[in-house]
Amino acid sequence: MSKKITGIAASDGYAHAKVYRLIEPDLTVEKIKVEDPKAEIERLNRAIAESQTEIERIREIAVESLGEEEAQVFDAHAMILADPEMAEQVEEAINNEGINAEAAYEEVTNNFVTLFEAMEDNPYMQERAADILDVRKRVLASLLGVDLPNPSTINEEVVIVAHDLTPSDTAQLNKDFVKAFVTNIGGRTSHSAIMARSLEIPAIVGTGNISKEVSNGEMVIVDGIEGEVVIDPSEEDVTTYNKKADEFAELKAEWEKLKDEPTVTADGKQLELAGNIGTPRDLEAVLDHGGEAVGLYRTEFLYMDSQELPTEDEQYEAYKEVLEGMNGQSVVVRTMDIGGDKELPYLDLPDEMNPFLGYRAIRISLDQDEIFRTQLRALLRASVHGNLRIMFPMIATLQEFRDAKAIYEEEKEKLQNEGVEVSESIQVGIMVEIPAAAVLADQFAKEVDFFSLGTNDLIQYSMAADRMNEQVSYLYQPYNPSILRLIKNVIDAAHAEGKWAGMCGEVAGDQTAVPLLVGMGLDEFSMSATSILKTRSLMKRLDSSKMEELADKALNEATSNEEVMALVEEYTKE
Amino acid sequence: MEKHEFHITAETGIHARPATMLVQTAGKYSSDIMLEYNGKSVNLKSIMGVMSLGVGQGADVTITAEGEDEAEAMDGIKATMKSEGLGE
Repeated sequence: MSKKITGIAASDGYAHAKVYRLIEPDLTVEKIKVEDPKAEIERLNRAIAESQTEIERIREIAVESLGEEEAQVFDAHAMILADPEMAEQVEEAINNEGINAEAAYEEVTNNFVTLFEAMEDNPYMQERAADILDVRKRVLASLLGVDLPNPSTINEEVVIVAHDLTPSDTAQLNKDFVKAFVTNIGGRTSHSAIMARSLEIPAIVGTGNISKEVSNGEMVIVDGIEGEVVIDPSEEDVTTYNKKADEFAELKAEWEKLKDEPTVTADGKQLELAGNIGTPRDLEAVLDHGGEAVGLYRTEFLYMDSQELPTEDEQYEAYKEVLEGMNGQSVVVRTMDIGGDKELPYLDLPDEMNPFLGYRAIRISLDQDEIFRTQLRALLRASVHGNLRIMFPMIATLQEFRDAKAIYEEEKEKLQNEGVEVSESIQVGIMVEIPAAAVLADQFAKEVDFFSLGTNDLIQYSMAADRMNEQVSYLYQPYNPSILRLIKNVIDAAHAEGKWAGMCGEVAGDQTAVPLLVGMGLDEFSMSATSILKTRSLMKRLDSSKMEELADKALNEATSNEEVMALVEEYTKE
Repeated sequence: MEKHEFHITAETGIHARPATMLVQTAGKYSSDIMLEYNGKSVNLKSIMGVMSLGVGQGADVTITAEGEDEAEAMDGIKATMKSEGLGE
């Protein structure tokens, strides 16, 4: 009998494949006295040898699917595994205490982990502690005779089922074989969801207990549009699935045709569709999906993928690559947005009660301005290679913008005095994600060159609802008239001063929100590359004056998120 | 026995990636190679041992190599120290 489980539809598409459970087994170790320490040492050596082979195998596959650089972590693992000092200590523990290999291995690795984790001023060593724990998992699994999931060795089509997926989990996946993600927890903005959308595979998150419901190898159908998983599907289910999957493929082929088409509404209003990127590597996807610009370049990955602060030259190279890659089309670069849910081990930011309301983004940049200056110099130097726009994140007050802009001007002047060429047409704007800035947009508009709305934060701050907290996830109401009015206020303020307003949050590519945003007069829509064509297709079908009417009703008559959704439905019916 | 004193000039000391290179170099030779710092001595072929010493910038460390290929080993280590910018 087939069984259905529902969750949050986080990425479009359909999949039908075997389950691969990416779930950690229980590796609890019991300490027991052994009669024959020699036999224990042999067991240990066998487990180490087995793990060594395993790591080599994983490394090989990882080189192929992820590249040499990503695979280097496995070199570190192999080295720890083969470490003579550690092996000696484990053998000593087995011999002297007469305990089992598992317990001895755990004890010795614990000592090293404690030692390394205590080196608080040294993030590199703290990371090595994580490597030791990874290696230990493998050795213990081998000793205990349990299977450790090895996502990097998957070589057939699978649906990944997990409690949640972390960046390090997804980094190990061979994208050719992974057909869908289904997780117990998470929302549309969690890592698994974002990753699935960039891979263009379906994802369902927040199912509650999918990991308990399925076993390895069981067939499932994933419907990423309805947010439904069918476990052990019947023939009938498969037929329905095939039909839906075909229709979806046709739809996608239709969108594909719009790749080189301009973005215009049915009545000829021109709009701009841009892509969000995290690294220069993401540029290809934006161009492949017909993006006309980069509306958000999240530079924090430069900082997060590194062991230390990226140098001015490293940053310059990255910015130059993106600017050149866009061939004169505009690139909005957001300056460092660290803090909140994005930590930097080497910056040693204090733990906070409310990190989202704390020391983050521009607040850090203005406080530790040497980091900010380095980034601005790199940007200014790169500006001659394309059409650069710089955006400051988390601006709450005009003073913050003025301070940031003053630093920018100082660095610009310094560079020019050094004889470095800098573009004269750089726009400097702000990301609007704090309600205070949205409300005061008319004053801001006199000084900034543009606004870009960040919706996830704007919603969470307006609703006072942590977007990581599932118990208050009902307050994530992107169409609530309160949010729409804030957005409208920002757009109107920009236009009154002859400036432009864009949106680079999740909502910009949301198919319910797009008609409203078109109606409110938004100029630029920036989204995940994979949403661009779908949105262009939708925009072509919209009449802008009719959407203005819709927006007017949503802003002035509707009283709830649901009412607005119903209005959109009514106005976009064919 | 070969013995040589090194002055560590790398900003991060013997912690970061270069440490791995040093251990890899040591691993190529059959000689017993030890790193001595602050009265403690560890096997230079052990990444965990080397890292647990916490050798910082400006430190003076002594490396000894004893065995058949001790001369080659010391040359190799000197070359790695130099090429990785660890010290001299």
